[in-house]
Amino acid sequence: MKALEIKGLKKTFRSNFLLKKYHILKGINLSVEKGEIYGFLGPNGAGKTTTIKCVLGLLFADHGEILIDGQPAASMASRRRIGYLPENPFFYDYLSARELLFFSASLFNLAADEVRDRVAALIHQVGLSGHQDLKLRKFSKGMIQRLGLAQALIHNPDFLILDEPFSGLDPIGRKDLRTLILSLREQGKTIFFSSHILQDMEMMVDRVGIILNGSMRRDGKLSELISRSTQYYEIICSHIAEKELAKIQTNFACRDGQYSLTLPSDSDINQVVESIIHNNGRIVAVNPVKMTLEDIFFNEMQPHRPATTGPHRPATTGDSR
Amino acid sequence: MKMKIKAIAVNTFKESARNKMFYLLVFFGIFFALSSKLISFLTLGDAMKVLKDTGLAAINFFCILIAIFTGINLIYKEIEKKTLFNILSKPVSRDQFIIGKFLGLALTMLTALAAMAVIFFLFVLANGGGFDLKIILYFFMLFLELLVIVAISLFFSSFTTPILSFIFTVSLYLIGHIMWTFNEFKMILRNPFWKYLTQGLYYLLPNLDKFNIKNEVVLNTALNPWTIFFSVLYALAYILALLAVTILIFRKRDFQ
Repeated sequence: MKALEIKGLKKTFRSNFLLKKYHILKGINLSVEKGEIYGFLGPNGAGKTTTIKCVLGLLFADHGEILIDGQPAASMASRRRIGYLPENPFFYDYLSARELLFFSASLFNLAADEVRDRVAALIHQVGLSGHQDLKLRKFSKGMIQRLGLAQALIHNPDFLILDEPFSGLDPIGRKDLRTLILSLREQGKTIFFSSHILQDMEMMVDRVGIILNGSMRRDGKLSELISRSTQYYEIICSHIAEKELAKIQTNFACRDGQYSLTLPSDSDINQVVESIIHNNGRIVAVNPVKMTLEDIFFNEMQPHRPATTGPHRPATTGDSR
Repeated sequence: MKMKIKAIAVNTFKESARNKMFYLLVFFGIFFALSSKLISFLTLGDAMKVLKDTGLAAINFFCILIAIFTGINLIYKEIEKKTLFNILSKPVSRDQFIIGKFLGLALTMLTALAAMAVIFFLFVLANGGGFDLKIILYFFMLFLELLVIVAISLFFSSFTTPILSFIFTVSLYLIGHIMWTFNEFKMILRNPFWKYLTQGLYYLLPNLDKFNIKNEVVLNTALNPWTIFFSVLYALAYILALLAVTILIFRKRDFQ
């Protein structure tokens, strides 16, 4: 059974005055396996948060079916299984971190005595020790984000929905959050998170879905999406005269005294390497350059980007995988 | 279920109780109630009557202000600041949320009223007045009126902005105290349409004068227990009906 299954989800909003229809979701289909980290990727306004709100029952879908562990997402049983971190969370700022966690626990029918130890452990886990009695109005954005994650975990859910969890975090906070999310997967939890920050997503997710203008464009295992598409080969060399190099290969770039040659396939690699050595050059590296998540994302974005923006190409040096 | 409603109610109470505006209004309520002593010096006639009359009017006015200002913001603020998402994404129904909010506001009003009432009682005793059971009854009836106002402001807050909620709630409050004029109109009007419309509005709009027993308290005249009993029933029925409509609206709402 799948942790989350969305079939044919459609959602339309109407403008306030003219009642003009805006099709926000145009038939979303996606599924999340148990125990995996699923990255829901899309630019701002693509429909990520709207999809999540439909899953949580904050918005009513016009059409489609949403199942959590085989149960309708709107049921109370389903919501008991979910831990949710909203995008740019805002909590009652007159409460302290500890009070908010006890309040969140009570909404799951968990009494204060039952969760006292868990509240203390979660505060420590998200790095808020020493701030538990501080009123939230004095919290920074990063601290609020950490607390948001703690409240999402208060009832020890087996499915986490995190909407833009990395926004507002500094590099240390992002690294801590990545470590925490990966440790939650180790504990067998399923994690569905939306983001438009590609690097974070590429480091963590098992599967990725790309949403654009309310439609799913790609959905699959990250390893398959990336390995399916080795783009070109890159040879990095030095100690060779540019004139000599131009005779071997015209497509190269120079950076910090090193040259980067781009070959479209592996058939010419041996010949090019031998020629460089023959001309007293040194081979620094030979890299197969695969498609990154960023490339896949920009390729999908291509028809929707302004005409002035050129096609995205990976850097010829220093960005190889 | 009870635990969730209680949690939301207590949290709503905490929100009001940690709001400086709340204390300011309670303070002014007490201040103006006590300044009735000054007014009693400046007027002729029974000083105790004037003291009670103006003191109770001051408490009434500031309690109504607290009820309206806390009520109109409550749900709108939850939606605007998105704190609502955090609650409704958990296993909490929208019905439980509305009921919890109402009970939290009721607790807030009870606290504000109790604080003002205790100080006013002590003030009356200090000025030579005796213990009057009718004043307790007055505060009880005022509490019922406050609950109706809270339910009205919560109703408007569930689908419109605080400014519009304020205008609608204050309008209903003012109309609610001149409902007797609807009966007068009914007698005068000849056109059946207007006659039925007036009658319909008479039953639909809140008749807040049912909770006003200030004249009986100040003038120390007899109170009919049945009038009190039917006023209590009326308040309960009106609050339940308003909460039911608020819940129905809230159940259908999309939270973008």
